[in-house]
Amino acid sequence: MLHIVFFARVKEELGCPGLELQWSERCATVGTLKEQLCQRENGAWREVLCEENLICAVNHTVVDDAMALADNDEVAFFPPVTGG
Amino acid sequence: MVINPTPFLSVTIGEADFDIAKLQRSLQQGNAAEGAIATFTGYVRCDQFSGNVSAMELEHYPGMTQKSIQAILHQATVRWPVLSAKVVHRVGRLLPGDQIVWVGVSSAHRAAAFSACEFIMDYLKADAPLWKKEHSETGEKWVEAKSSDSGRASRWGEGDAQ
Repeated sequence: MLHIVFFARVKEELGCPGLELQWSERCATVGTLKEQLCQRENGAWREVLCEENLICAVNHTVVDDAMALADNDEVAFFPPVTGG
Repeated sequence: MVINPTPFLSVTIGEADFDIAKLQRSLQQGNAAEGAIATFTGYVRCDQFSGNVSAMELEHYPGMTQKSIQAILHQATVRWPVLSAKVVHRVGRLLPGDQIVWVGVSSAHRAAAFSACEFIMDYLKADAPLWKKEHSETGEKWVEAKSSDSGRASRWGEGDAQ
C-alpha cells in the first residue's frame, strides 16, 4: 500500500487528510501517482494536484515527479512552507 | 591532540510555550567551552495580520518537520564549529505577541555562533514543513510563502541544507 497524506491548504481543498492506495505500475512514480489522483472526484482533484508549486515528499524527503515509488512508501503533498 | 566534540543538537516541535532563559542555559554543557551563544526568538506579529485577525494557527508534518530541521542543524555543524544547536517551534493556535520559534547556537567564538544561528533560521523558513493560517472574525486564510524567504536561504550558497 502507498500511504498518501495531504497538508495545509492542499488537505483543505481536497477535503481529505489522506488515503491508502494499492501500489501498482500505474503509480510507479510520483508523476504517475499524481495523474491517478487527479482523476478522483470527477477531476476535481486535478486543479489542486496540478498546481505548479505543489511539493511532494516521499518518506520525509522532498522529491520531484520522476521519483520511483515502492510499496509501503509514505507520499505527502503540500503547499510551499510558511513556518518560522 | 585536539578532539572535536560531537555537537549537541535538538529539535522540539509542540504546542507548549518555551522559556528562552532556560533554553539559553541548556546550550552550555558545563565545561565552559562555549565562548559565545547566539539566539533568535520569533513572535506572532501584529501587522502581519489583515482585518480583524485574532489568532495564528500552525500546522506541521509529524516526523518530517523534525527530520527537516535536524538536517538543517547538521548542515550548520558541517559549515561552522558549533558546540550545541537547538530549535523549538510551536504549533497549534497562537495569539499576537506569542512566541513561535527559538533558535540557539553555542560555539567557542562569536562569528560561528552568529552565522550558524542566521543560517538555521533562514533554512527553517525556506524548507521546514510548517504552514501558518490566520484566523479572524470574517474567516480563515492560509499565509502565502514569500519568495524573499527562499531567497535568503539561497544566499548561503553551497546548495540546499539537505
